[in-house]
Amino acid sequence: MWVHYTKLALKVLWRRKVFTSISLFGIGFTLMGLLVMSAMIDHLLAPRSPETRLARILHVSYVSLEGKDSRSNGGAGYGFLDRYVRGLPGVERMAIVSEPQDVNGFVSGEKVISKLRYADDEFWNVLDFDFVEGAPYGAEDEKGANQVAVISETTRRKYFGDAKAAGRTIEVGGASYRVVGVVRDVPFYRTAAAGDIWAPVSTNRTPNFREQLRGGFIGLLLARSRSDFPTIRAEFASRLQRVQFPDDNYNVIRGVPMTRFQELVRQVAYSEPEKPATARAMALLTGAALLFMLLPTINLVNINVSRIFERSSEIGVRKAFGASSRRLVWQFVFENVILCLVGAAIGLVGAVFLLAWINGSGLLPHAEFGINGRVFAYGFVLAVFFGCLSGVYPAWRMARLHPVAALRGDTR
Amino acid sequence: MLSRGANAGTMTTPKAADVMLHLRGVSKVYHTDRIETVALHDIDLQVRDGEFLAVMGPSGCGKSTMLNIMGLLDAPTAGTVELDGRPVLWHSDAALARVRNAEIGFIFQTFHLISDLNVLDNVELPLLYRQVPGSTRRASAREALERVGLGSRMHHFPSQLSGGQQQRVAIARAIVGRPKLLLADEPTGNLDSQMGDEIVQLLAELHRDGTTIVMVTHDARLAGRTDRTLRLFDGRQVA
Repeated sequence: MWVHYTKLALKVLWRRKVFTSISLFGIGFTLMGLLVMSAMIDHLLAPRSPETRLARILHVSYVSLEGKDSRSNGGAGYGFLDRYVRGLPGVERMAIVSEPQDVNGFVSGEKVISKLRYADDEFWNVLDFDFVEGAPYGAEDEKGANQVAVISETTRRKYFGDAKAAGRTIEVGGASYRVVGVVRDVPFYRTAAAGDIWAPVSTNRTPNFREQLRGGFIGLLLARSRSDFPTIRAEFASRLQRVQFPDDNYNVIRGVPMTRFQELVRQVAYSEPEKPATARAMALLTGAALLFMLLPTINLVNINVSRIFERSSEIGVRKAFGASSRRLVWQFVFENVILCLVGAAIGLVGAVFLLAWINGSGLLPHAEFGINGRVFAYGFVLAVFFGCLSGVYPAWRMARLHPVAALRGDTR
Repeated sequence: MLSRGANAGTMTTPKAADVMLHLRGVSKVYHTDRIETVALHDIDLQVRDGEFLAVMGPSGCGKSTMLNIMGLLDAPTAGTVELDGRPVLWHSDAALARVRNAEIGFIFQTFHLISDLNVLDNVELPLLYRQVPGSTRRASAREALERVGLGSRMHHFPSQLSGGQQQRVAIARAIVGRPKLLLADEPTGNLDSQMGDEIVQLLAELHRDGTTIVMVTHDARLAGRTDRTLRLFDGRQVA
């Protein structure tokens, strides 16, 4: 039965070349867009270098300070992370890293803007950077506030051309750092890791940053296993109750260690950290995808409905020889799914080229997007879903044609 | 040459046990916004098992409407249809589809072959909906095509065949599922007289093998080769 439907679907597509071309263009373009988005989200959440242990990492990247008349939301303060988050049960290692900040440097009189992050020595143990030169700085450097730095390959190229950088000095943001290591570039969407220059936290010259509850820092908690997450969160919540506030402006601090997915959810759904609103975020993402599919779906529905006129006689014949309306609905939906799968194959090829272009263009710094098995599976599911979405109504219209009218070519 | 049937042109009342198809008081009325058109009026007709019945009458007299009702493609406004003594009109869409598939075969004036499918695939169609396994389906379709003399054209497409050949394919499709009842709506209407004779010859052979056939025709010569002729005029049974 399905072989017959597949054969017929392909023959119909081949015979009606104009219809097929228009449909495939719309489907291919739509699915290419969705595949590109899927590939981006997949890469955002996937454990890849230097976040190879992402599945075991919780991020303390957002806290909220609340008082009678004021509220302050955003990154965690170094003081809060250092005093209240260290030593949580179930945490194997903890790193503290600042959010990236732009710093200026000059090479042959030309200004070079780099992303500088202050990261403690544990940062290099929690994450898994790929060193192409040298090594990370250690606890002694952190303790001694040594002016050392790890830089990215791109930064090395900008400052030193093709020459080695380890042991040389780099001047950025009004400070000098001795380069101790060079790492491969990190895509911008690896939010906890991405940067151009990393220096010990102790070299940070911001006044009082060690006292702050709220500030521009992220705590990275590498759990022994994912099963430790509830324990970590429970103890974290308990410690929030013991926080001492420096003045009367604030008397409550809120926050929760989040996975990368929960961080994404919070950002998409603007939800409170304690309530990641996963359902809302998924609804928003699904809604956006559906909105993106809406126009091509309507277009395909219209084209399919117009095909009723061409195929009414066939519908009448099938009914006369024993096809029930339900079976015809399945047949026409299946045909549409086949069409969409062909479109998806075109979209997939388009997505591969588009992602390669995005990666190479520098539009999104150091992007490494690509199609993997998971994204391929998303594409397949999307194509089937799109096929059903755009096929059900025309199929239902076709199937409910009166057999006598259909045989006459009357499509009312 | 065609063999001549036993058409006496008269109506006889068969015994209940012999009756395959029974239309009881069947009427069909079409309504539009302003006009009411009576296509069939109080038709009472019994078709015997193994009978070859011709239905004649001028255009618009209700012949095709009656054939559609017999084939469960359309429902009457009033009256009942019984197949082998079972009322079949009030079945669900799926149940009607099953009855059509198992017990009725259709031959249309304009052949109604699916142009995207080759001859073999077209003939297989009724067996497809009967969930017959592929190899059996193929074998049955080949057999049906051999029977209508088109064994060598199985992989041709309808557009590559003459009108007569297309109608033979349509007949093969109609008989492949071995239906009890074959309904032919002007099967020679689109063919020249020689091809028309060949088609009726084929129908006569099927009849001799025991298939019950109801054939709508304008051609009195062809009707004369059937067992009996039913005449309609303005939706009424006149003979």
